Amino acid sequence: MFTKLFAPFDRDATPRYRALREEARARFATLPLPTVRSEDWRFTNIAPLAETSFELPNALMESGPAAPKNKLQFHFLNGRFAPAISSPVPSSISIGSLANAPSSLPLVGKIADVRANAFTALNASFVADGLYVTIPDDVILETPIEIIHYARSDEKPVVIQPRTLIVIGKNARATVVERYFGGQTYFTNAVTEITLSDYGVLDHVKVQEESVSAYHIANTQVVMAAKSNFTTHYLSLGGALVRNEVRVRFDGEHAEATVNGLYLADGKQHMDNFTVIDHAQPNCASHELYKGILDGKSHGVFNGKIFVRKDAQKTDAKQTNKVLLLSDDATINTKPQLEIFADDVKCTHGATIGQLDATQLFYLQSRGIPLEPARRLLTFAFANDIVNRVKIEAIRAEMETRIVR
Amino acid sequence: MTTATQTIEQFANKEYEWGFVSDIEAEAIPKGLSEDVVRLISTKKKEPQWLLDWRLKAYRYWTTMEEPRWWPNVTFPPVDYQNMIYYSAPKPKKQLKSLDEVDPEMLKTFEKLGISLDEQKRLTGVAVDAVFDSVSVATTFRGKLAEMGVIFCSFSEAVQNHPELVKKYLGSVVPYNDNYFATLNSAVFSDGSFAYIPKGVRCPMELSTYFRINAKETGQFERTLIVCEEGAYVSYLEGCTAPIRDENQLHAAVVELVSVGEGSQIKYSTVQNWYPGDKDGKGGIYNFVTKRGACRGRNSKISWTQVETGSAITWKYPSCILIGDDSVGEFYSVALTNHKQQADTGTKMIHVGKNTSSTIVSKGISAGRGQNTYRGQVKVLKGAENARNYSQCDSLLLGDKCGAHTFPYIEVKNTSSTVEHEASTSKIGEDQIFYCKQRGLSAEDAVSMIVNGFCKEVFKELPMEFAVEAKKLLGVSLEGSVG
Repeated sequence: MFTKLFAPFDRDATPRYRALREEARARFATLPLPTVRSEDWRFTNIAPLAETSFELPNALMESGPAAPKNKLQFHFLNGRFAPAISSPVPSSISIGSLANAPSSLPLVGKIADVRANAFTALNASFVADGLYVTIPDDVILETPIEIIHYARSDEKPVVIQPRTLIVIGKNARATVVERYFGGQTYFTNAVTEITLSDYGVLDHVKVQEESVSAYHIANTQVVMAAKSNFTTHYLSLGGALVRNEVRVRFDGEHAEATVNGLYLADGKQHMDNFTVIDHAQPNCASHELYKGILDGKSHGVFNGKIFVRKDAQKTDAKQTNKVLLLSDDATINTKPQLEIFADDVKCTHGATIGQLDATQLFYLQSRGIPLEPARRLLTFAFANDIVNRVKIEAIRAEMETRIVR
Repeated sequence: MTTATQTIEQFANKEYEWGFVSDIEAEAIPKGLSEDVVRLISTKKKEPQWLLDWRLKAYRYWTTMEEPRWWPNVTFPPVDYQNMIYYSAPKPKKQLKSLDEVDPEMLKTFEKLGISLDEQKRLTGVAVDAVFDSVSVATTFRGKLAEMGVIFCSFSEAVQNHPELVKKYLGSVVPYNDNYFATLNSAVFSDGSFAYIPKGVRCPMELSTYFRINAKETGQFERTLIVCEEGAYVSYLEGCTAPIRDENQLHAAVVELVSVGEGSQIKYSTVQNWYPGDKDGKGGIYNFVTKRGACRGRNSKISWTQVETGSAITWKYPSCILIGDDSVGEFYSVALTNHKQQADTGTKMIHVGKNTSSTIVSKGISAGRGQNTYRGQVKVLKGAENARNYSQCDSLLLGDKCGAHTFPYIEVKNTSSTVEHEASTSKIGEDQIFYCKQRGLSAEDAVSMIVNGFCKEVFKELPMEFAVEAKKLLGVSLEGSVG
């Protein structure tokens, strides 16, 4: 159904990525959309998405206040870069639309493999716009770069294909926040490619607060060179059907990755968190902590994979998923899996599913706090454990108020 | 290479000690599988019409199924189901009352395995229903059990003598269309064991069957059915060894346990040491087994304990369906893969009733080029209020060419349940070996001791005789890499 959009899309898209688009389209034609019969998708049924007919989005007016001076904000409206309301780019770094990316940036489509995944191939079939962020060697950027995606369907549901490429140079350091929100029913199919050079540091945060009837499928792929450090926090609040994939591959030794996530689902929301940490090199460490709170008739999924390749000795991998079920109609499927082919490694994983601790509730009540506030307090504390790990003060504050509700 | 590594290498390269072929004339039917073969098996066993109909139903369904191939760390060449003999019975088939009537060649075989019937009878008081290939040839202690109302006999005898029980419970836990291998078993199963423990009886001895695959190219399709009535208790032991073979042999058994009444308990212990193939993975048994128990009664309990050291491929998920309120399911497992062995094993705990609880303790040991996978499911349905599960999966890696994998599937559908899963991976440290050597132990003993310590939690669940055997078995099968 997406194939009929190819020709209209090409009419006003840059010919620059035509080769990549053609390759991806050829690939997309051979990749069926995943079904629950596929092991990686067995708990997420995308039938509602597959049965919806999506259109290409209309261009939205670039309106709104200009970005504040002390911030680095880059806006996308229905998948198109909106420079008029975005911040000017400091000279030390390089940020802009992929359509105008320097030719020295050949990495587009090289990190997220179109061959493996139908949705990644679909995204690449529409690559034209998007954002590239290049932090040159030895540059340390204190201000967080905010990439803000807003989507809206006016009549028919639209599909947007955000694409981001983040390149962190040697000894460089940056913070990037991705934000997704919108109105009505639409489908966001995002791909984010990240590469870190030696000693590079990236602190990545994703705030997903799509409309409650939106579909959100995102694939973040990270390749890490030696001694680099990558941290991500996935904060999922919105969307009807959400699938967040994070794939981290260690390409050099002594690198460290932290992948944390928080998903809050209510109503009929379906949130699927899929992570792959590929210890392809020795001496790397990964830490993963996902927490979920499920209410209403929501359905949560956690599928974490850790691969420790042959010869990836001295790997230290840790993976934890904790889920709080607040309603008898909510369902959680969790599948934390380890595949280990090396012997000198330290790998643990754990999963707990349950409710609030009765003794903790009792303790609070014995101090005069009524049951309901005590519950809320403990639920808040459960979620805040993740929020507190986010290094950006503003996001912490924002998330705390969101959780309280 | 360190001394410890050398010792382990030597250990690793030990040949399978229990491989020998005993020459007993076997009565077999031609190779291949068809509806006629199913009918022939049924006729040979003088089965009633309803059982034949059930077999045929399974066979017809099987022809529509595809062999499962989706395990990520298990690979094997295609199995030619038409190149197998589906029935083989040792020739001297007349009923035997005492051991004197048993073929002396066969007795020798058991002696070599250290499980001679006399020995068992005299020393341990275990009633042994020895399944030699596919037909039970000797049953001991039956008289004593009969006094208490316990029925313990071969499956074929049960079909003849207690058809009402077999008809009621056969396929009630593992339906004929459950999975590829269980369906195949339903169509062609040759024999197996049947046990029925009536209300309020605590079975006075541990029931035991020794399986042994003997005739060449015979897939063995055992069927075991154990039914426990209200307040009854039984402990069942199953142990296996098999001689060296060139061709891969398929073993697709089905075990069904039914805890029918309130407070009934079944304890099922397995030591599996079938031929794992040689150092290059040639030969060896394919062990595709379906084992499942249903806790139907309130407060009933099913406990699985397994020590899996043999087979080229082990595919086995002893499961518990906890239907009765307050029922309990347990799974204790040690799985060892060596050379090119592959194991994909674990359990399923399905919580249906209120206040049900389950415990999973799985210890995987990988050595050589072995691939060891734990795959387990814990499912808590909406009505299973206050369900509780605790799972622990530990892996020990010996060597840098093996793999250890964990695939837990957890699904929870209510708020009052608590499910916990923990897993860790470790290896034997050079310092641990050094410490043991410093205390005067050889490196070999040290490795054996450490591995046995690693498995202690599971071994303590095994009945006495089995625990001893299991420890010995582990010592023999051991190998690894230290640092």
